[in-house]
This record gives sequence, structure tokens and C-alpha cells, in this order.
Amino acid sequence: MVLLDHVTMQYPTGTKALDNITLQINKGEFVFVVGSSGSGKTTLIKLLLKEIQPTQGEITVEDYQYSKMKRKEIPFLRRKIGVVFQNFRLLKDRTVFENVAFAQQVIEKPMRDIRRQVPATLTMVGLADKYKQFPKELSGGEQQRVALARAIVNEPDIILADEPTGNLDPKNSLEIMRLLEEINNRGTTVVVVTHNKDIVNLFQKRVVTLKKGRIVSDEEKGGYEDAD
Amino acid sequence: MQINTLGYSIKQGAKNLRRNLLFSLASIGTIVACLFLFGIFYALVLNMEHEIKNIEDSLTISVFFDEGVGEEQIAHIGDEIKAMENVDTTTFISADAAWDTYIEDVFRGDTSYVDSVFGDDNPLANAASYEITLKNIGGQKDTVKLIEGIAGVRKVNSSDATAGGLTSLERLVSYVSLAVILILLFVSLFLISNTITIGISVRKEEIAIMKLIGAKDIFVRAPFLVEGVIIGLIGSIIPLGIIYFMYNAMTEYLMQRFEIVKNLMDFVSVGQVYKGMAPISILLGVGVGFFGSLITTHRHLRV
Repeated sequence: MVLLDHVTMQYPTGTKALDNITLQINKGEFVFVVGSSGSGKTTLIKLLLKEIQPTQGEITVEDYQYSKMKRKEIPFLRRKIGVVFQNFRLLKDRTVFENVAFAQQVIEKPMRDIRRQVPATLTMVGLADKYKQFPKELSGGEQQRVALARAIVNEPDIILADEPTGNLDPKNSLEIMRLLEEINNRGTTVVVVTHNKDIVNLFQKRVVTLKKGRIVSDEEKGGYEDAD
Repeated sequence: MQINTLGYSIKQGAKNLRRNLLFSLASIGTIVACLFLFGIFYALVLNMEHEIKNIEDSLTISVFFDEGVGEEQIAHIGDEIKAMENVDTTTFISADAAWDTYIEDVFRGDTSYVDSVFGDDNPLANAASYEITLKNIGGQKDTVKLIEGIAGVRKVNSSDATAGGLTSLERLVSYVSLAVILILLFVSLFLISNTITIGISVRKEEIAIMKLIGAKDIFVRAPFLVEGVIIGLIGSIIPLGIIYFMYNAMTEYLMQRFEIVKNLMDFVSVGQVYKGMAPISILLGVGVGFFGSLITTHRHLRV
């Protein structure tokens, strides 16, 4: 479960990115967070990853209450959250297999687990035959699928996708969203931050709309147009 | 830390080293210079200590007694001297033994002339003495003063200048070397820190991803610590090799070229020099590499 309880985030420059927002996302939910540029979407992701601390309010993810967490617990929190970025953020000097295996290496998984789980995950995202290739040899959609494989290989409780279709054409966008839906169907909570109206309207999931740092709507089976 | 994580850290550490080859070489070079100087000073100080010890062993203080002092009082003076902290050995030289030694030294054992002039008389009848060796030549002055204060002691002969001079020189060399080494160690630390900082900036994206997917601090830092240790290790092994060959060549050259050195000096063997120098050098090199890297990663890599 994800809970933001009266969270405010004001940067030292004085900009108030989030203003007293309260949001609960239950286990196994699929939520779109939409909003225009400057609405506070990126700040929300940074807060959930504990890259920054809220000025006010409390954030709880699973068993972690952020204000009471010790610094050494942060890596363990982040292992519960798989992240997907708009620009994929793959390691260019490593193959598809190595990029996905990297996520397991950093959490010190034994080699035998890596050898078993990485091919299984690549099969799930449809890239089993491309495990030897480097990111530059793949299309944008394929690169995003590698990023998705990296995010799910450690079986996190939550997937946080920051504009996952931002750099993709409609066909690849749809494929990525179908994969996220499949991951969600397996019980993983999925939070997709996006401004892709077509995707939001097509999937008919819960939509939380941010505007100038405030939640202006929160609708079950909503749409982008409904919220805007 | 697991075995495959250790393997990963070593692999990445070596990779970092290759990526920043120029800076890595600069760091290694500084450590080489620092530990090379350390080696030279170490060998120098060790040899000086060795020479001082030789001199200490050979230098004696002679204690002469007042006229008319009896055997009992001489024995008492001997006991007092032996009880002194800095006194190593005490040997009694009787007047007859002193005269025999004199004849041996001056007349090369030819007693015919001496007998004709002195007969059975002993011109050194008042020259009975104690010959004393000291534990620490630096404390000679104080010991002489203490002996001079004993009742019945007429005169104390010592070679104060030689002993004092050598000890002061040894101290001076030690201080100068310590200062130079400390400055160079600081420079090495600074250069290693710069090398690691560049390594971190090159791998900025990788590190950011590592942190976001749940890497612990130690996992992110370990490759850089390994890099620092490798730099320190290479930087300490090179001067050890150079000094090994240089020391042997230098001592052989000095012994062959300068007769006076051969007569005066007795160089410590390279094995003896290495016994202390090698572990200290490696410890210093690895230590500087490790701490330079630790400080830098602590500053830049907090999760």
C-alpha cells in the first residue's frame, strides 16, 4: 500500500511542488497520475523513491514510514519499488542480459538465481532472443521493455513508471502498457505517471489528476479528458 | 559481502583504473615518489642506527680513581656504576693490566727497552680503571656526570662529541624524512581523491541507477575502494623493487669506490632493510589508497 498523508513539498527556492496532498493507493491497484508540466508529478516520484524529503506530511509505502526510516533502510525500501523511466536509463556498455542482471547484482542475488530469473523475465517481456544485444541495437520499444524487465526482475511490490511511453510511437506505447497491465494482473501495484491521453482513456483505470501541486480529481475508471 | 559481489567490485575497480588511466598513473606516480623517498630515508636511518650501535658497542668510558683508593672502595664504585640505568657493561682494568696493554700498544710487546728503563716499576700505578659501555650513547653526558659524582672517582674519560653528533644527525634525518613523507602522503591522498572523483563522475548514471534499484552504500562504494587499494598497492610495490636493486648497487659501489667507507661503515643487509620497510611501505600505500577513496566516496556517494 502507498499512502501520502497531507504531504507538502516546498523546494528551498520557494517553489511549492506539492501542496497538502493525500493519496492512498491500495495493493494491486493500477493508477494513472496525470497532469501538465509543473503539476508535481516528478516531485511525487522523487518523494516515493525517497530521493527527497517532504516539507510536511507523512509517506508510507508497505511497512516503511518514511519519517521514521533510517538511512540504511532506504536501499531495502527501493527494492520494493521497480522504476521505469521515460528515457529508459539503460547501461549502454552492457548487453540486454547484463542490464537486467545488473538489478539483481546490486542487491547481491546469488549467480544461480540471476541465471534462472533473468531469462525468465526477458521471455515475459518478449526479448528472450535479444539477450546478447546492446541497447543501441534495439528499437525504443525494445529498450523500454528491457527497462521494464530490469524493474520487475526482483519482483517488487510496486512498479513506478515515469512517462514510460513518452519516447515511444503509439504501437510500442500500447505494447508497454499491455505489459504493465499484465504485471498488474499478477498482483503488483502499478503507478504510471503520464500525459498520454490516448493511453489513459484507452485503459480506463483509476486516474489521479494533479494541478499546481494539488489533486484536482481522483476517479475510478477515469479518463484524461474527464479530469482535465 | 558475498563472493560474487566481491568479484564484481574487483572487476569494476580494475575497470575504473583503466578508464581513468592517466589520473590513475598520476596517483600511482605520487605514491611511488613518496614511498621511494620513505625507503631511502628508512634505509639511511636504519644504517645510521646500526652505525651508532656499533659505535656504542665500541665506545667506552674510562673511570679513574683518586690516589690511595683501596680495593674495597673500587669495588664499591664498580657496584654504583653497574647500578646505573644506562650502563651496559663494566670491566675492571687493573694498573698492571693497563701497563701491559700500554706496552703492547706502544712497544708492540717488546719489553727489553721498557725493562731497562722502568725495571719492575709500573708508571701507571694510579691508572687502574673501569671501562664502561653504555646502552644508549645519547645519555652519555648524564651518565658521565653521575659517575663523576661518585666519591673516589678522579677522572672520567669519554668521547662526547662523536656520540652526541651522531645522535643529533640521526634525529635530524628522522625529522626531515618524516616531514617530507607526510607532505607527500598528503599530496597522494589528494590525487587519489581526484582520481576517484573523476571515476565517480564517469559512472554517474550507473551509480544513480544502482541507488534507485536498491544498492546498498557499500555495494556502490566497493569498486572505488578497490580502485584506491590497487593504486596504493602498485604505488608501494614499485619503489620496493627500485630500492632493492638500488640499495645493493649503491652499497657495493660505495664499498668498492671509497676505501674509507669500507673501513668505517658496515652496511645493513638489504634483507634487514626490507624486513621493516616492506610491510610499512605496503601498509602506507594501501592505507593512503583506501582512505583517499573512502573519504571521497563518503562525500559523493551517499544513498
